[in-house]
Amino acid sequence: MNKYLKILFFALVVKPLTLIMLGLNIRNRHQLPKGGPAIIAANHNSHLDTIVLMSLYPLSQIHKVRPVAAADYFLKNKFLKWFSLNIMGIIPLERKARKSKDELFFDCKKALENEDILILYPEGSRGEPGQMAELKKGIYYVSTLVPKTIVTPVIMHGLDKSLPKGEALFVPFNCDVIIGRNIEVVDDAQTFIDNLKDEFEDLSKFCLTH
Amino acid sequence: MISQYPHSIKAMILIMALLIIASLSRILLKIKKPSNDLTELKLRTQSWWWMIALIFASLYIGKTTTIYFFAFLSFLALKEFLSITPVRQADRRVIFWLYLAIPIQYYFISINWYDMAIIFIPVYIFLFIPIRMVLIGKTEGFIRSAGLMNFAVMLTVFCISHLAYFIVLEPKNTQAGPAGLVLFLLFMTQFNDVSQYIWGKSFGKNKIVPKVSPNKTWEGFLGGVSTIVLVGYFLAPYLTPLSSRQGLIAGLIISLSGFFGDLVVSSVKRDLHIKDTGNLIPGHGGILDRMDSLIYTAPLFFHFIYYLYY
Repeated sequence: MNKYLKILFFALVVKPLTLIMLGLNIRNRHQLPKGGPAIIAANHNSHLDTIVLMSLYPLSQIHKVRPVAAADYFLKNKFLKWFSLNIMGIIPLERKARKSKDELFFDCKKALENEDILILYPEGSRGEPGQMAELKKGIYYVSTLVPKTIVTPVIMHGLDKSLPKGEALFVPFNCDVIIGRNIEVVDDAQTFIDNLKDEFEDLSKFCLTH
Repeated sequence: MISQYPHSIKAMILIMALLIIASLSRILLKIKKPSNDLTELKLRTQSWWWMIALIFASLYIGKTTTIYFFAFLSFLALKEFLSITPVRQADRRVIFWLYLAIPIQYYFISINWYDMAIIFIPVYIFLFIPIRMVLIGKTEGFIRSAGLMNFAVMLTVFCISHLAYFIVLEPKNTQAGPAGLVLFLLFMTQFNDVSQYIWGKSFGKNKIVPKVSPNKTWEGFLGGVSTIVLVGYFLAPYLTPLSSRQGLIAGLIISLSGFFGDLVVSSVKRDLHIKDTGNLIPGHGGILDRMDSLIYTAPLFFHFIYYLYY
């Protein structure tokens, strides 16, 4: 039942919204991971980020794409909780809980073992409009949970113009979605994060939107 | 509605025939020399098929559909322009109103209210933009933003909307009908781009505006202008109310203004350090990349016709 609702929502709301009201300048679409276990590591400036990334997948595959999202925000009321869990299919992450890493990322691991594609925002939260925050190391940990997990960096630009943090008025703008090459999983978390950061900077150069 | 205008139907068939020739020559080129990478050319021709199909279908279905179609083009063009230019966060709420101006402008056109269609954006929207900005109250960057938003809405809504006005005009060429004017303008504008390109490639030597577009040469420009003036002489009486002699002038107007439309969009891109304005149309770039010349030719050709016949 929920699976069909999800497909309906993406077919009738998300795809038309991203195609017509937004308009995507997609670059290197073929580099998007086609199957799991995979992680899409993207920059985060707007609620639209997740919707845009998921819209890149065909309807038949959307249930395999799982955004990792803050439990304290997305489970805060009944409707949002139902919507986030059933329609968006998020993996809730308790950012503030004092738990061990294994417990914290348990659901992520399960999803990766299930060959899902996770959407992860290494900046942690949406932050200031149009600015990249410090990357957190959590993503490195998640990428090591399941062997052969691929990490694909994606830069999105312009979505904070359409729907910035704290604004309710949506205004149409095109946005860039630039997909990079997979980041090699190395032994050292810092090197991994640095590589990811470099890749983000490289990808940003291909943005058309201001 | 269009079926009662044989000249327009024939023009459409002719354009499709040209496109078939283009597609076939590409395939032949590939067969002759398989090592040639013609992906770009292939994308370009495929996109042409799509664009032609959409325009012809709207013209064929009728007036209202065509007006909606051009209104949608304005929407895409405005969105693209405002996406690549540096607007401030505070301008979002002004831009929201600019989008609302599109249905209003096209409504005035659809009811053939000439005066309003001509002053709505240059006067009312022009004055409204700073008012809305004042109410938001962010003065830093005020002048630049006001100018930019005006530029955007004039180019993409006001200028492009003239295309829709041709459809509303009472047909004076009973063989070609209202679609004849649109077909004439679209064909002449695009053919102008092509012939300037071909003349330039074949004989180009002396650069005309090296800082804006290093590929534009005097030879290409003059060759293109004379070709289009000549085509105008023969084609205008067939598709428009114009006589052959007036067709010469129409050709000159379209050819000169198309050239500058192209350069204006090129300058915008150079200023922003981007090569394309988007990637909506595979092989062509964004909607503004494709409509650059048309933004200039549509209003100028429209007022030429309007002055002479309405």
